[in-house]
Amino acid sequence: MDIKIKVEKLSISFGKNKVLKEIDVDVYRHMVTGFMGPAGSGKSTLISILNRMIEFEDNVSIEGKVIINGIDIINGDIDSVKLRRQIGTVFAVPTPLPRSVYENIAYGPKLKGIRDKEEIYAIVKESLKKAFLWDEMKERLETSALKLSGGQQQRLCLARTLALKPEIILLDEPCSGLDPISTAKIEDALSELKKEYTIILVSNNTKQIARITDYSAFFYLGDLVEYGPTERVFTYPSEKKTEDYISGKFG
Amino acid sequence: MRIKPRLVDKIVRLFFNFQAFFTVGILVVIVAVIFFKGAPHISLGFIFSSPEDMGRHGGIFSTIIGTVLLVLLSIFLATPLGVGTAIFLTEYTKESIFTKFIRFGVESLAGIPSILYGLFGFIFFVIKLKMGWSVLSGMLTITIMILPTIIRTSEEAIKAVPRNLRIVSYSLSATRWETVKKVVIPSAVPGILTGIMLSVGRAVGETAAVIFTMGSSLRLPTSLMDSSRTMAVHFYILAREGISMEKAYATALVLVMSILIINIIAYYLMNKMISKYS
Repeated sequence: MDIKIKVEKLSISFGKNKVLKEIDVDVYRHMVTGFMGPAGSGKSTLISILNRMIEFEDNVSIEGKVIINGIDIINGDIDSVKLRRQIGTVFAVPTPLPRSVYENIAYGPKLKGIRDKEEIYAIVKESLKKAFLWDEMKERLETSALKLSGGQQQRLCLARTLALKPEIILLDEPCSGLDPISTAKIEDALSELKKEYTIILVSNNTKQIARITDYSAFFYLGDLVEYGPTERVFTYPSEKKTEDYISGKFG
Repeated sequence: MRIKPRLVDKIVRLFFNFQAFFTVGILVVIVAVIFFKGAPHISLGFIFSSPEDMGRHGGIFSTIIGTVLLVLLSIFLATPLGVGTAIFLTEYTKESIFTKFIRFGVESLAGIPSILYGLFGFIFFVIKLKMGWSVLSGMLTITIMILPTIIRTSEEAIKAVPRNLRIVSYSLSATRWETVKKVVIPSAVPGILTGIMLSVGRAVGETAAVIFTMGSSLRLPTSLMDSSRTMAVHFYILAREGISMEKAYATALVLVMSILIINIIAYYLMNKMISKYS
């Protein structure tokens, strides 16, 4: 199995507050990897390292390495803009830009410098199809994205990320505010997408992690407690803490 | 005895209703007085012919041109400067002593009486830079005068744009400038426009700062170096010197109507922009 992302001895602190402690994780290509853990476990921080969104936070100190496609994105000379074209992100709160459905998805491709209208249209269509949203949106491309339902908005955000043609997709609790039907649609889309993309799913919902991930990591208070194939982690957890978490004793 | 909460509620509501009607009432009375005193003396000729005999006869055409020139030029100069400063303060710097200092300066400038701007403009532009009483001196002075308003309102409007939108834009591989240009400014436009409208109002109605810097010539300005007179200044001089109260009220009416029309158009455009995507 190819390693797509290699995290080595990664520690992160906000001021004096250590939020990740010497984490080692290998994320495999074309797999869905789940990061689970209660609030404050550091899983979202790890996501914000991978797409370098952490540079918008103050007072951060980072140690260790994160190697993506053979390049260390922490110590290496990396252009964040280019990196974010390889690594797309879907956030917890669906955040459409205040423009039309079409313009939301075309935002990334246009930033990349694509000007040809037919090419952009093709990307929009393909991305919406991959996010299982095309049938609902094909007649409504010009409506404001703000008028969509929450579930549709989140799939739009997924489509918008796909339009960048990334290699890796990070999803930071993408279903936390969604109803079960919308959640199921997103999960269906993800299981299709893993054929082409490497996916990291952050979630506090252990059932979701068990349902759709291939590998899962359990974080607790900045430590990586356990990491392995999801089936193994959920049937024979090697740590007591993991067992307590997935069986719902805390979290 | 305890007063019943429901009764209190009724009294409070009545009180606020009264206040609202009182405020609107004053506005209506002012507009009505100007309308009834000015309307009989307004005609197309009044608007499109130039003043004669100090404004005792003829129309106000040159003062309309003077007003339009002064206001448009100042707004065109102050808007990019003000919005640019606001963008710098909100998007390109972290909160520091330096930004606090700028903000303090802006707020202090906003509170200065306009006559002081007039005096400054007179000493600096008219005398020191030898621009004389001219549209140029006037517009530079008014630009400085309205700048604080535009900076403050733009800054508030930009700050009100949700942080999430910026984060999403960055995550979609936008640079800082692309984010400012494509996400922040479009979302802040209604607020920025409000600031511009307030500034238009201030510039249109300004007298003191204008007399000191643009002078009060009644001739039609043909270059930026000509002195000119705005409607507000014209009204002030007509009324103060007792030249013609009829003409004064007619001028005031044109002034008020044009402010109203500008406001209506601006709010129409703004609503159109807001409702487009929400």
